[in-house]
Parts: sequence; structure tokens; C-alpha cells
Amino acid sequence: MFDASALNIRNRKVEGLFRILFMLMTGLLILPVAIILAVLAWKGGSVVNMTFLFTNPTEGMTSGGIFPALIGTVWLVSVALLFSVPLGVAAAIYLSEYARDNWFTRIINLAIINLAGVPSIVHALFGVGAFVLFFRFGTSILAASLTLGIMTLPVVIVSTRESLQAVPMAFREACWNMGATKWQTIWKIVLPNSISGILTGIILEVSRTAGETAPVMFTGAAFFLPQLPQSIFDQTMAMSLHLFVIATQVPGVPENLPYGVAFVLIAMVLTMNSLSIAFRVYLRGRKKW
Amino acid sequence: MDSLPHKNNPVKLEVSDVAVRYDGRTVLSGVTFDVHEHEIFGIIGPANSGKTSFLKTVNRMDIFNPAMSFTGRIRFNGKDIRKWRNVYSLRKRIGVVFPLPVGLPLTVYENVALAPRLAGVTRRVELDIIVERCLARAALWDEVKDRLDSLGSLLSGGQQQRLTIARALSQDPEMLMLDEFSIAVDPVTTMRIEDVLKELKKEMSIILVTNLVQQARRLADRTALFLNGEVVEVGLTDDLFSGLVQDQRTQDYLDGRFG
Repeated sequence: MFDASALNIRNRKVEGLFRILFMLMTGLLILPVAIILAVLAWKGGSVVNMTFLFTNPTEGMTSGGIFPALIGTVWLVSVALLFSVPLGVAAAIYLSEYARDNWFTRIINLAIINLAGVPSIVHALFGVGAFVLFFRFGTSILAASLTLGIMTLPVVIVSTRESLQAVPMAFREACWNMGATKWQTIWKIVLPNSISGILTGIILEVSRTAGETAPVMFTGAAFFLPQLPQSIFDQTMAMSLHLFVIATQVPGVPENLPYGVAFVLIAMVLTMNSLSIAFRVYLRGRKKW
Repeated sequence: MDSLPHKNNPVKLEVSDVAVRYDGRTVLSGVTFDVHEHEIFGIIGPANSGKTSFLKTVNRMDIFNPAMSFTGRIRFNGKDIRKWRNVYSLRKRIGVVFPLPVGLPLTVYENVALAPRLAGVTRRVELDIIVERCLARAALWDEVKDRLDSLGSLLSGGQQQRLTIARALSQDPEMLMLDEFSIAVDPVTTMRIEDVLKELKKEMSIILVTNLVQQARRLADRTALFLNGEVVEVGLTDDLFSGLVQDQRTQDYLDGRFG
């Protein structure tokens, strides 16, 4: 009576089949990442050393280091973050906590989704028109960072809004019922409990900003610039553009040099990501509900 | 025989002809009754009869929920709650306890200290006194006095519900509204909380929404039956449970004859 029927056996087989199928799919997903990292480490790892990181490119960029590009990318990412994080988080707080569901809010949401779908080259051209020419920032770190910031704003807004809304409504109501204002509730309860989700959005933004080429190419990143930028109104080199240039535009570059640059770029992003993830884990360890 | 003379106490809350709507859909209408000081006013009735909506209206939650609106008049301390300049000070005077305990993701101490902090109390000594007093009044102090710094959400369900009561008391309310507080609480804890409420009644008005008819019988001085968005009957609890009902539906509900 308790023997497995034919149906039972079949169900179990199908169950196993799907489990393996989904596992394979997931494995497939990890494969490209693993291969990229392995190839970069293998081909570019030999190039990377302290001298490579901390000296200027020499001999028409066919040898030497990447210091100006490294510093340039740090500049671009930091200024972009300074712009997009406060703006994006504020917008997300408004949309999640204050805005009523009316046509105005819906249009804003639609705009955000569309902003996320705009190709980066279009953002680049917008950046040229708006920041370089109209606001007369010239091709500068400021113009490039603002372009990057605008481009990544939707990521910050959407991820921040999602993490705000992941905080249970009951927490807000409990707080309101104590006579707390909306802002007190946001500050004391909602933000502390969504900070790890907000950080995730910023992590994504950092990765994307550091790697973008098109938006910085026309707005502030230079082909070759042996000195470091002195202010946000200077042009700068950038890792992503440098990689593009030495991989495609400059003749006679040794084969493993671009790999080395790519390796450093990806290592930079991964380092920043792991720092943020470590911070998130730390925060999450303290919050439980 | 603990309490018939509610009539001798001043009126705390006057409700007259209140109706509540969500997006134009009426969920409750024709609510009229008074709640006196030192009275436990019970509200019974099946789900979706408008009990929670009523509590939300008293606390002016309609301000934070654009879909919600109400008509009619509610007076708290003789003053129309619509004319209450500062809705936050109204809410501070009315503590609320929810069906499911909401342990805010803060420490036990901070859960109770939150409302005083919001009200501007910053001195640790003062906060210590408030926290201990409120936890003690909610019959929780002895269980948590050694773990005030652990997360409130790690307490058991019954402890968390008493924590929410302590939190509601921390704002020093004049009225306490409890919304089916015993749903997620074991019977022993329920009894302890009921004893707490009997004590609190000496100092404030209590509106007790409950799905347990017997709980209303044990605690409430007067009881109202909400049914499908209307108030079927308001009467002395002792009367209702001794058969002195005006409406047949009340008798049916008390006898458990509702599907």
C-alpha cells in the first residue's frame, strides 16, 4: 500500500530532471564570469605590478603603466557618485514614502524606466550637448561624471525604492501611531532597515560607471594625458577608454598589455564591490526581523 | 461587578454618524457611540466589518492614506479630531496595539524609548525610568530586564505583543486602542495582558477590538457589535450576555450562529 506507484516514480524522476536542468543553467551563468577572470589573470596577470600601476604610459602607450587612467577612473566614479547617490536616494524616498499614486507619479516612474533604457551613446551625446556645451563645463571630469551620474540614476532610484518598499508597512504604521512624522519614521526606521539594499544599488552603479566608455569618451576622457587632473574642470584619462584605445587604436601594443589593463579594471570594480558587500553583511548582521 | 458606573465618568471619545470610505467604497457607516474615561469599550464582529477601519479613523490615519476618507464627527477630549491642529499630538495621546506584534527592528530598550525620543526626551536617566515603568506596566519587565539590548524582534510572540503594549504606553496615552491583540498570543499570555488591561483601565480609556466574544465579556464594560460595515448594537456587556439584546443578529453572533 505504501509502495511507490508508477505515477510517484515518474514525478520523482521529473523532479530530479528539472533540478539538474536548473542547476546546469545556473552553472552556465557562472561560466562566462569564471572564464573572463581566468583569461584576464592568465594573460594580463604577468603585466600587473607596482610599476605598472603607478607610472605613466610611455612610448606612445605601447609600454609603461596606467597611473593617470587609474586615478582618472577613481575621479570619474567618485564625482558621479557624489551627484547621483544623493539625488537618486532623495527621489526614491519621495516616490516610495511621500508620492501619491496619481498621473504625475506614474509619469515620473515611466520616465525613470525609459531613462534606464537609453543607450549609453545617447547619454554621451546628451552630455556633450548639455554639460560640455550648454553649461560650458568643457570636456572635463565634471561633464563626464554628470553624464555618468545621469546614466546611472535610474539604477540608484529603482534599487533604492525597492529596498525602501521591502521594509514592512507595519513598521511605518507602528511608528506613525506613536505620533512620529513621516520623516522621523523614514530616518529612524525605514532607512536603517533598507541601507543594505540601497548599497546594492550603489555597488551596481560603481561597477557600471567604472566600465563605461562611450559617455566619457566625448565628455571628459582624454586619449592620452601624461599628467594627473588637478580639478574637476580638467580632462582626464580613464581606464575604460584607455583599454579601448590601446586595444584598437594604437599599433604595436604588446598583446598582454590590454589584458593587464582589463585585469586591473575588473579588479578595481571587484574590490569596490567586495568592500560594499562586506559592509552590507556587517549591517545585515545587526538587523533582524 | 466591577463597572457599571461608566456613565459617571467624563466622555473621552464622542463618535457621531461616522462613515469610512476607501476609494469611494463605504466600509463602515452610521457609527455613533461615546467612550468614557476608565472604561473598556469592546468592539466585536467578524472580519471585514470595519473594526480596524474605525480605529484607523480615530487616529487620523486617513491623512497618510490618500485612498481613505471619513465623514461624520469624532471628538477626542471634546475637540473635533479634524480640527486638531497637530495630528501628531493627537496620535501621541492615543496608543495603538496591532493584531500581529510589530517588534520594530530595534533593541527592546529602543522599542520602548522610541516614542519618548521622538517627543524630545534625550536624557538617559529619564529614558531609563520610562522604559522600566512601561515594561513593568506591560508585565514584561521581569522577563526582559537582563536583555534590554537584544533585538525586540527576537522575543517570543507573546513577549513582543507585550513589548508593543509597553511601546504604546511609552507615549503616555490617554486612550489605548487594541486591535485583536490576542490573535498571535498564547492563552496564558493573553490572560496576563488582560490583567494588564484591567489595571490600565484605572488610568485611561481603552477600546478593545476583539474577535473573541468571551474576551469582550471578560473585559469590556460596554460592547458594540460591528457587522458588515454597520453598528448593529451598542450595549452594556452584562446586558448583552444576559440576553437583553435589541437586535436578533447580536444574539445570533453571541451564540456563534454566524457562518
